Amino acid sequence: MADPQRKTMMTAATVEQTLARMAGEIVEQAAGAESLVLVGIHRRGVHLATWLAGSIQGSHPDLGIATGTLDITLYRDDLMTVGPRPVVGPTRLPTGGIDGRLVVIVDDVLYTGRTVRAALDELADFGRPRRTLLCVLVDRGGRELPIQPDIVGEMIPAPPGGRVEVLVPEIDGNLGVVLVGGSAD
Amino acid sequence: MAHPAGPYLGKDLLGLEELSAEQITAILDTAEPFKEISERPIKKVPVLRGKTIVNAFFENSTRTRISFEFAEKRLSADTVNFSASGSSVSKGETLVDTAKNLEAMRIDMVVIRHGASGSARFLAERIDSNVVNAGDGRHEHPTQGLLDLLTIRDHFRRIAGLKVCITGDILHSRVARSNLWGLRKLGAEVAVCGPRTLLPRDVEEMGVTVFRRIEDAIEWADVLNVLRLQLERMQGGFVPSLREYNRVFGVTRARLDRAGRDILILHPGPMNRGVEIDSDVADGPHSVILQQVTNGVAIRMAVLYLLAGGAPERAEAAKTGGGE
Repeated sequence: MADPQRKTMMTAATVEQTLARMAGEIVEQAAGAESLVLVGIHRRGVHLATWLAGSIQGSHPDLGIATGTLDITLYRDDLMTVGPRPVVGPTRLPTGGIDGRLVVIVDDVLYTGRTVRAALDELADFGRPRRTLLCVLVDRGGRELPIQPDIVGEMIPAPPGGRVEVLVPEIDGNLGVVLVGGSAD
Repeated sequence: MAHPAGPYLGKDLLGLEELSAEQITAILDTAEPFKEISERPIKKVPVLRGKTIVNAFFENSTRTRISFEFAEKRLSADTVNFSASGSSVSKGETLVDTAKNLEAMRIDMVVIRHGASGSARFLAERIDSNVVNAGDGRHEHPTQGLLDLLTIRDHFRRIAGLKVCITGDILHSRVARSNLWGLRKLGAEVAVCGPRTLLPRDVEEMGVTVFRRIEDAIEWADVLNVLRLQLERMQGGFVPSLREYNRVFGVTRARLDRAGRDILILHPGPMNRGVEIDSDVADGPHSVILQQVTNGVAIRMAVLYLLAGGAPERAEAAKTGGGE
């Protein structure tokens, strides 16, 4: 891809290494908990959560891991200004619920923090986790709300006009992170 | 009226006749995630918080009004119910005056059920609020058509190529008309079956197969949508007697068994058991009548959600603006 507008920030190998490190950090932070719920935010967060869950399950087979998906469309604060998104994705949480459990919200890119705000509101409608952690592959800065991640894969500061894209094989055919437009350098 | 660009709805939902296949499919797809909301411990999402919706039912309805109300409440809208009896309508106020008065109280949407065909459009052209047609005379009942489509699609995973026969009182039925438009736009083959007195005169010109015998319809169909014999509209002697109607056109277990294969049974309710449909069919394994009721809430949530977002050009901005 010679597109000058698209700059590769992380290769597939780097992303895999980073995710493996993040899986370890989740286990560390979860010390003492006998079970974990990894909730991926629709769409790419879902695939990252599945990957992380598989990795943790492999290294810690005695830790109970459940996964879920969250679509925050109906909890956005900007529906009336930008209009509806015709495709609302599924929200599925584990059958045991989230009450009293350790919940890890997984997303691809953390930017303004508004998605996470919406995700916290939506989770609160499903129950009261004992503790909630935020885990993101890329933190690109630019927060508009007082929200910080607990586990970060990579800091990639991006200018407001630019867009950090996380690619996952299930949707994009390959794994990686690219910066599109508004190049930082 | 021109189709708004893409899958987005315009200001109002008046009928399925003016929607494109793409728009109908978008509503069905949007309804899918809304189904799950009704299974949650807290059956509510905040998406229409602060929106005010008036349910204006100039004609009696229990299930449609309740279904809309559940849909509105599960989207966190504020709702006001209004029925013709006991209102200023019974004092002679016109439809537009009533609506203008409601609008002066700063509402966002009106869900209207009215006995006159075209009343929903009449209202939509005169007020700024979104209008949802919840049944206008013999014209259309679009959300019922949509929930029937969703229920059929749930079962077969498709609509195109299916053979759907609508049986019973087609003449008085807005449900039949909305089904006809919706099914044909999505590529189903549609037939009707009923006494000649209850079929519209021009039904064959609409490109619909007509069965005179219910046995032939059952032989042909994958799906039967059994309409209610509208007893309240029946002063004109359209059928000799209810017993005779059941004997000739009733959907009975014996008739279905003779077909020797499974046929999906829909009925928009309320049922006249023992008239157009027998109890052992209505309660049988191939009946999805209660599934229709469940889907009705999800469909109405989807319609309200899509209309609330408003103008297509703003929705277009959402697609390209997408800063997560």
